[in-house]
Amino acid sequence: MQIYLPIAEVSVNAFLVLGLGGIVGVLSGMFGVGGGFLITPLLFFIGVPPAVAVATGANQIVASSFSGLLAHLQRKTVDLKMGVVLLIGGIVGAAIGVFVFNYLKSQGQVDLFVRLTYVLFLGVVGGLMFIESLSALRRSKRAPVSTERRKRNWVHTMPFKTRFKTSALYISVIPPILVGLLVGILAAIMGVGGGFIMVPAMIYILGMPTKVVVGTSLFQIIFVTAFTTLLHATTNYTVDVMLAVLLILGGVIGAQFGTTLGLRLKAEQLRILLAGLVIAVCFKLALDLLIQPAELYSLTRIGGH
Amino acid sequence: MPARRLCPVLTALALALAVPALAQEQGQEASKTLEPIQQQDVQEQALDGEQIVVGLSRDRVAITTQFDGSEILVFGAVKRQAPIPESPPLEVVMTIAGPSTPVLVRKKERRFGIWVNTQAVLVDAAPSFYTVATTGPMKQVLSDTEDLRWRISIPRAIRSVGAPSNVLDSESFTEALIRIREEDDLYQELVGKVALDEETLFRTAISMPSALTEGNYHIRIFLTRGGEIVSHYTTTIDVRKVGLERFLFTLSRQQPLAYGLMSLAIAIAAGWGASAAFRAFKR
Repeated sequence: MQIYLPIAEVSVNAFLVLGLGGIVGVLSGMFGVGGGFLITPLLFFIGVPPAVAVATGANQIVASSFSGLLAHLQRKTVDLKMGVVLLIGGIVGAAIGVFVFNYLKSQGQVDLFVRLTYVLFLGVVGGLMFIESLSALRRSKRAPVSTERRKRNWVHTMPFKTRFKTSALYISVIPPILVGLLVGILAAIMGVGGGFIMVPAMIYILGMPTKVVVGTSLFQIIFVTAFTTLLHATTNYTVDVMLAVLLILGGVIGAQFGTTLGLRLKAEQLRILLAGLVIAVCFKLALDLLIQPAELYSLTRIGGH
Repeated sequence: MPARRLCPVLTALALALAVPALAQEQGQEASKTLEPIQQQDVQEQALDGEQIVVGLSRDRVAITTQFDGSEILVFGAVKRQAPIPESPPLEVVMTIAGPSTPVLVRKKERRFGIWVNTQAVLVDAAPSFYTVATTGPMKQVLSDTEDLRWRISIPRAIRSVGAPSNVLDSESFTEALIRIREEDDLYQELVGKVALDEETLFRTAISMPSALTEGNYHIRIFLTRGGEIVSHYTTTIDVRKVGLERFLFTLSRQQPLAYGLMSLAIAIAAGWGASAAFRAFKR
């Protein structure tokens, strides 16, 4: 069934879009990532203009993240206090990110910069997670569950300590704000929620338990992507609500299955799967930069209407 | 000689004096503004008095939610007071042009091992949709001079004032524009797809892809003999979004904040709805 999209001005297959939304929704619920780094390239692939794909992707992430968050709230696996602290940093970061983005745009080559940032961050994050979770998996096989407390590092030596009950942490608020800030900057530049950076940062830098990380990350993503959606809708007019509804329908259902699936898997398995996914996307993006494209030229319509 | 027979002859004589000047003026104007010629329903009577009478299968295209491309049937007849002139034979050339916008064409090159956009050429005006349909090969039905004057063939329908001085092969950029749009069926050259019977009746079907832009689509029909245009006719088809498509599009442009908030509300409601439904389903 073909559906004509009023903003994108292309006709797409409704079931194909529902399916794409569904796949991204499953991943979103499972790993606590928004899926922005997946949905945008997939939409390009079916012929949606890049600007519309980025903006509408953000809108779809709001829905799937919200659906996922509700599932996590029921299981009490959301650290709301930590989420708010991260969000404060995130919003400041997003504002800085938009500024940096506009600066790069005025210098040209913003496309390339965004792609390189993707490759770099996906590569580093995916690689580190993969190595860590692989050794964690081996360790857990060799020795039965070591209940050793997490090591104390620089995170624990800073002032303004607060207790985060859900995460069972007693740390300073500065590291979470810094993490939020960094993720906010990157999110604004890369046009994603930032879950794939946020999740590992929460695990490895803040030392939060994996089960809590996913829900908390979703909580923060909702606000960041809602902000992005509004920004796109009011400045670039690129949010296609028809496309969003199709993606959302697939996405919210997918997210519910994803959450159930995620809770059945072991934390290490979950991490290794996410690492694999991140590395795969990174590899694909790197390949696009390295291999000669079939069509060397690209068109950008200016203005219109 | 009865008055009825005399009248066309006199008209033809008067036009013989007026038309060349008029045509030249229009030609210049066309090359200046470069918009597709925009007179509506203009019929130009040429020297030998061959007029075009046209019917369209539709004069508007409504873009609905289920819109999946459209086909337009253009049919018509040549009306004349005098017998069909001797050779060269009559040919028909037809164009449909969508609204024009500037297009930035970028080229990728390998720098430091990766493919990056390096050069860019701005094409000042390229129609979003363009089709040329003819009764025969382009070279045969249309002289180069007439093509230049009326901007009929695809490369001529695109305006490129000039590339930046650092770009040497600016032609390859416009070629790329045409190539990419031809692949999407947005530009079509339908050679020999206009059927012409007894130098009088002609018809053709032009298919438009689903990725259409809104606006006025200008149809031009030319009659040629020996490559020279002897008569032409222009009209317009209105391509518009209707219903829900219209509503959403207008809202997104006129009330962007409301539109954005609506999108978010839908997202949140859908997220909550799915969660609630899933819970109910599991119980």
